[in-house]
Amino acid sequence: MNENIIEFRNVSIDYPLKKYTIRAVTDVSLGIKRGKITALVGESGSGKTTLSSSIIKCISEPGKIAAGEIVFFDNADGEEKETVVSGLKEKQLKEFRWKRVSMVFQAAQSALNPVMTVEEQFVETLLAHGEVRDKQKQRERCKDLLSYVKLDADRVLSSYPHELSGGMKQRVMIAFSLLLNPDLIILDEPTTALDVITQNYIFNLLKQINRETDISMILMTHDISVVAKFADYVGVMYGGRLVEYGTVNDIFRKHRHPYTEGLIKATPSIIGDIDKLSPIEGAPPDLMNLPKGCIFSPRCPYAQDICRGDEPPTVYSDDGSKGRCYFYEERKNGR
Amino acid sequence: MADKLNKTQTEENVSSAERQPLMRLENINMVFKKSNGLLTDKHIHVLKNISLDIEQSEIIALVGESGCGKTTLGRIITGLLTPTSGDIYLEGQKVTGTFKKKIASYNQVQFIQQDSYAALNPVRTIYDSLYAPIKTHNKKWTRAQIDERIEELMTLIGLQPSSQFLTKYPHQLSGGQRQRILMARAISLDPKLIVADEPVSMIDVSLRLSLLNLMKKLNEQLGMSFVYISHDLSTTRYIARNGRVAVMYLGEIAELGNIGDVVRCPRHPYTRALIQAVPIPDPDFASYDELPLKSMNLGSLENRSDGCSFYDRCLYSTEHCLEGVDYADTPTSKVLCNNIDCVPSQPIYKEK
Repeated sequence: MNENIIEFRNVSIDYPLKKYTIRAVTDVSLGIKRGKITALVGESGSGKTTLSSSIIKCISEPGKIAAGEIVFFDNADGEEKETVVSGLKEKQLKEFRWKRVSMVFQAAQSALNPVMTVEEQFVETLLAHGEVRDKQKQRERCKDLLSYVKLDADRVLSSYPHELSGGMKQRVMIAFSLLLNPDLIILDEPTTALDVITQNYIFNLLKQINRETDISMILMTHDISVVAKFADYVGVMYGGRLVEYGTVNDIFRKHRHPYTEGLIKATPSIIGDIDKLSPIEGAPPDLMNLPKGCIFSPRCPYAQDICRGDEPPTVYSDDGSKGRCYFYEERKNGR
Repeated sequence: MADKLNKTQTEENVSSAERQPLMRLENINMVFKKSNGLLTDKHIHVLKNISLDIEQSEIIALVGESGCGKTTLGRIITGLLTPTSGDIYLEGQKVTGTFKKKIASYNQVQFIQQDSYAALNPVRTIYDSLYAPIKTHNKKWTRAQIDERIEELMTLIGLQPSSQFLTKYPHQLSGGQRQRILMARAISLDPKLIVADEPVSMIDVSLRLSLLNLMKKLNEQLGMSFVYISHDLSTTRYIARNGRVAVMYLGEIAELGNIGDVVRCPRHPYTRALIQAVPIPDPDFASYDELPLKSMNLGSLENRSDGCSFYDRCLYSTEHCLEGVDYADTPTSKVLCNNIDCVPSQPIYKEK
């Protein structure tokens, strides 16, 4: 069995505009491990949301996949099946979305329909996918899921979204994403706008779901602290490129890309020495006007002439980690 | 530091002659009325008996979950809201009640908003946005004088050469640059106190630190006091360093103390849960799964009793807590808790 559930193969995604084309994702190759939690970290404009929405062919207009392919490995019926997502027809997509891959959106507030009760929305989805026609069974399934995310099922089912708090709505969305037993859940900043106590609770819940059900998860976030707590594997994105990938320990203990290093150094924490923190100088790249060579080179404290020439290739390390830096191999044994 | 917090009422009276706090808040209450169409209005008690001194050139942080009243308190400090009851003194002068007359004194308190895009007029250039407040409050200044002042401000906030930025409109600048412009606008009238409401929450991680450093520089160079409002304890600890933090819970200050002490070894049961919930950018520390809380639900702000607001969620509450709650002094902080002796007093994380 393939250990990956999704593979990005040299994926590039373009947004053609009137006068020019913006490449939001450039040549990303990445395998998402089955049953694990993979986090994609990056600042705004780094391409993480574009990349993950390409999995369900939901890139916002006018974006399109310009090169490469996204392959989904399905072993639902015991035998392995490869699905190229970009090749799916509208009808197949309806099967694929939510049943294979579901998503927890950033603002639960706007992801739920304000004029339908939670139960109506759950049932609508079950019916649309031709699942569980029996009313009694539908209700039971909804109740089970809501109690699984530790909500008072009877109360929540008959509620409209505005009657629930932010944390409750996000838990409803998580229950919603589990409704059709997907293989993969995409979590797009699931806790923005929630306070830390609720955030902690939501991530513990998601981690528990991951461990108990073996559902694979992709977490998109800008907050590297959350990643340390939650993820098994981490991909760091910068200017549409995957600049470093490795296990959570690789990224925090043995990171080799200068951007990862800068990001970790720039993140304040409630423990440790404040004086060791330092910001990354400069500003994130302008996708319409990218610097020559390595796109991080204008901000990189280690940049040399070679970095300003051609863009560095992705360097694969034998331990499974990889990075886009000329000195990736060199920096293996400390800096 | 601890002495400052522990001073009693009598000491305060003695010392007030020599050393006056920049701003004193006394028993601030804020009640919003919510009409439900019937005769009975709901009363929402957003702030309850807040007393706080803001010292000259200190950075004091207000932290808490959404809905704890931190922004409301910030707006009261800036004079944008008038409290339902309670008094505010600015350098010993009472400013509540006589608000309209004293509005001029509110030059000395300025505000930095969270959303820099919404805070700047989109059809005015940056120059216009900076020019207007200076002109309004210094009517006799010539254009050359104001230009000089603007140039000085732009140097201070590190946007150089200024001509590149002044002619632009807000949408042409990045979020970090806009936030710097807001800071320039806030300091343009030489205020004594700046209230910054989540100034970096919409800014990318790699740029946050330089903005916080800028705020710290303004605090040190110009001696301005800052009230830093945030839900993020990590950035708060960075900016406030040796300053104080007021942890708010449902409109009350649950714990007040030096930020280093409060973060290392919080004493209020709520603060202890809050600190354990903060994610740490280090996989070795990411360990707290169960928080010391009875329930996840935030209490209600309506029809509040005199008892402790944290009663329902507290592991250490007793019936006594329902009747009322008082501040207790610990060696490191002032804590709104009756059973402080039952609350654990060891640090949350061992030093590495």
